[in-house]
Amino acid sequence: MTCSEFLALLDDLIDDSVPPEARAELQLHLRGCEHCEVTLNTTRKTIEIYRSHEIYDLPPGLRERLHAAIMARCKKGC
Amino acid sequence: MSTIQPIAGELEPHPDVALVDRVRGGDVSAYDELVRKYDRQIFRIAQHITQNREDAEDVMQDAFLKAYQKLDQFQGNSKFYTWLVRIAVNESLMRLRKRRTGKMVSIDEDVETEEGSVPRDLADWAPDPEQNYGQAELAEILRKTIQGLPQGFRIVFVLRDVEGLSTEETAETLGLSMPAVKSRLLRARLQLRERLSRYFRKKKGSRRNEG
Repeated sequence: MTCSEFLALLDDLIDDSVPPEARAELQLHLRGCEHCEVTLNTTRKTIEIYRSHEIYDLPPGLRERLHAAIMARCKKGC
Repeated sequence: MSTIQPIAGELEPHPDVALVDRVRGGDVSAYDELVRKYDRQIFRIAQHITQNREDAEDVMQDAFLKAYQKLDQFQGNSKFYTWLVRIAVNESLMRLRKRRTGKMVSIDEDVETEEGSVPRDLADWAPDPEQNYGQAELAEILRKTIQGLPQGFRIVFVLRDVEGLSTEETAETLGLSMPAVKSRLLRARLQLRERLSRYFRKKKGSRRNEG
């Protein structure tokens, strides 16, 4: 397996949806290619960091204000 | 009013189905529950697309009001949340269009880039690299980095990886094919990884290398 072929399956690997027949070949490539191992690990980490950190917070005060405005208009039939 | 049928193939109807039915029956408090359940996600998506706090506030209000008005058109063959996200994405793009005085804005913008197709930066990252930064500093790095992605990649990454929609739901929400979503997602992930490397790579000497 080449690095390009590995890269084409990177998303499937991250999303745990690799076809069973490709799994062994991917693992074999990973064991011998540091480049692809780093790419896989740091791409996984990228996703994890974006998932676990709130970068656009909705502060409680603003949330309540927007919520009240939405519900007031819904009650009036918008 | 008609009731919504559960999505075919699902054993248990999604809890939102009952809430939507109650709203259709005239129970506004059920809508209150739906708004509280999804307001943070809708606000976040709107901020990612408009990149402007005031616009995101307007989009959030408009999206929930529009969903309320159009609830009769909601067929129940997709999840309420996915349907709501589609409304919020459209409202966000409309808001951008207004700000750019009528210039067309679409999710296809700027996607014809080769950047990120092949990883170039091979440096490994420090273990738990985010711990080298304070909360506010890290949030700023993450914001700045994702804002630099082409719009069409950013939306796909946010819906799929941050908000947890499936590839199929993301495709449906954005009106894209599944292969298009997959291709954009891969490139978005690789571009973000490459851009974050400058902050998170293992350092040799100085603590930071933001060049």
